[in-house]
Amino acid sequence: MAGRGEQGTRLCGAALGPAEDHGAAPERVLFPPAFSVSEIKNKQRRHFMFLRWKQQQRKEKLANKKKRKKEREALGDQAPPKPVPKTIENQRVYDETTVDPNDEEVAFDEATDEFAPYFNRQTVPKILITTSDRPRGRTVRFCEQLSSVVPNSHVYYRRGLALKKIIPQCIARNFTDLIVVNEDRKIPNGLVLSHLPDGPTAHFKMSSVRLRKEIKRKGKEPTEHMPEVILNNFTTRLGHSVGRMLASLFPHDPQFIGRQVATFHNQRDYIFFRFHRYIFKSEKKVGIQELGPRFTLKLRSIQKGTFDSKFGEYEWIHKHREMDTSRRKFHL
Amino acid sequence: MASPARWNHVWVGAETGILKGVNLQKKQATNYTASGALRRDEGVCAMCWGDPLESEILVGCLDRSVKLFSTEKGKFTESRLCPGGEGPFRGLAVQDGSLITCVESGLLKVWREDSSEAAELQVGPGVCRMRQNPARPQCVGTGGKENALKVWDLQQPQEPIFRAKNVRHDWLNLRVPVWDRDLQFLPGSEKIITCTGHHQVRVYDPSSPQRRPVLEVTYGEHPLTALSLAPGANSVVVGSARGDVAVIDLRQGRLLKCLKGFAGAVRGVQCHPTRPLVASCGLDRFLRLHGLDDKRLQHKVYLKSQLNCLLLTSREAWEDEDPDPAKAEEVKEEEDELWAAMETVRTHPAPKRAADPGAGAVKKQKRARVGP
Repeated sequence: MAGRGEQGTRLCGAALGPAEDHGAAPERVLFPPAFSVSEIKNKQRRHFMFLRWKQQQRKEKLANKKKRKKEREALGDQAPPKPVPKTIENQRVYDETTVDPNDEEVAFDEATDEFAPYFNRQTVPKILITTSDRPRGRTVRFCEQLSSVVPNSHVYYRRGLALKKIIPQCIARNFTDLIVVNEDRKIPNGLVLSHLPDGPTAHFKMSSVRLRKEIKRKGKEPTEHMPEVILNNFTTRLGHSVGRMLASLFPHDPQFIGRQVATFHNQRDYIFFRFHRYIFKSEKKVGIQELGPRFTLKLRSIQKGTFDSKFGEYEWIHKHREMDTSRRKFHL
Repeated sequence: MASPARWNHVWVGAETGILKGVNLQKKQATNYTASGALRRDEGVCAMCWGDPLESEILVGCLDRSVKLFSTEKGKFTESRLCPGGEGPFRGLAVQDGSLITCVESGLLKVWREDSSEAAELQVGPGVCRMRQNPARPQCVGTGGKENALKVWDLQQPQEPIFRAKNVRHDWLNLRVPVWDRDLQFLPGSEKIITCTGHHQVRVYDPSSPQRRPVLEVTYGEHPLTALSLAPGANSVVVGSARGDVAVIDLRQGRLLKCLKGFAGAVRGVQCHPTRPLVASCGLDRFLRLHGLDDKRLQHKVYLKSQLNCLLLTSREAWEDEDPDPAKAEEVKEEEDELWAAMETVRTHPAPKRAADPGAGAVKKQKRARVGP
């Protein structure tokens, strides 16, 4: 311990060196003798002391908490607002591509992109849902339920056809989007969403698929009404593209009488899909009922143009090794 | 006379038809196309320097107009229509006053300055790139999908002076498809380097009797979309459709290094002729500058639109040269504001530097007080 103090003074002497030139005369200050558990040599004793130290820390923490709570109660209404807890979302690394709604250039880019005909109400969405070849139970049922969520969608059996052959036929039949659900060992695990006639194509990883049957407290079967769509939290330029892509699956002008909402909620780059029915119980209270299915998507890549895994150009591709450098960095 | 545009280091053409100038020293990006007049069918598809001094830029648009941008004045000065053929421009070049254009359907035209008549040349369909030989400006090379590399002398346009031969059939005795995506002439020799959509990098040598490539390297599994020769011409930088950029040695055909940080397809790559720097742009809307020696990402600029092509200045001095005070007096009144703006920006770092030692001292004092 003495050694430590000495070292400390030596260090601070070095730090003071230049300061002395400025005329401040420092005093030699000794550190108070500090005690550290890790300096105890006996293992048993060290362990015991550590436990005691830990206990003491915990006691202090709880006492502090209690004290703060008391103070808050004493202050009543004048209490300062509670500090916001740190989460990795609100500590997010700044993304320079975050879309500024007043930005003319981005507005122009979005106004003339591949989804512009849909947003200008020139096309009506017509969607083809298919699967990877030879789908098994869950995937088949998932496709059926997805088609009950997305209006004007048609489920077709894949029949071993190549996507590159399907796409020209879809374009000829005026389909605007193609959804391909991929399955692995009877579990749906991937989703390719291709906007027709000329792209882009997004590839998502799909997880946590729960069918209607597996959801507790679900509502009755959804109706044929056009649902409302909620897109949450798509802030960056890439997020906007994905959001527009998902929005263009559903027709404009929802039928509010159906009281059905499809939600795509983005949180930490995972897109959560939920399908609800709501009811206004009173002026303040709203009740919701989940209708299902629910699933989670994570963007793997966006390709310019329709599906072309060999020669297509990627607009964005998730590269784990290069991009996942910080837990606080999000792309959508 | 001189606008701040001349100090821009990189010029980028976007798919939305915007020409952007980026000054890396000041970390500024400027749009030189009025945002009200944007049209997607005017998307930039080819760019080249209009003169060796790099005071003019030729910008080829999707609607077949070629615009002349003056970096001295900082605005578009001329525009001419170059119709004929189909598809977007795949290459632009200038040869003593006349403009060379090449479109995707394979129509190569030479437009004399005064007359609207143009000399025509059919180089074959599916052209992906036309480039000029910097050492012999009357020579151009073309390559494309199922259209192997050809080198043309514009003074004898009947026959190409070099016509590449496809490589031998593969081990299944099947024909190897041809898809040259980009090409470049090696300075100091007649060699030509191409990169293909089937992820090969090939070197052709017209001076040897062999018409097949003398060197072939494969890199990655995705189409190679752009290439540029590194200073020294011993290695080449190639970019792929997945956003993989690599430096490949041309003597041994080895992969030297990979550059990281790309999120989408690379559309344009250019190296600085002398400094170890490479600029690249692409569909991920970022302009990136990497150091070739240490592979470090030096600059990353978000440019808001998908970028098609870029031009990197070959200027040796990277910093802005100080405008002469005498020159500044000549400047018209309109531009006084511009100059004023520039000066404020320029003087910003100066006080910082002056203040730096002081700030350091304060810090040290603080530490001294806090330390013990």
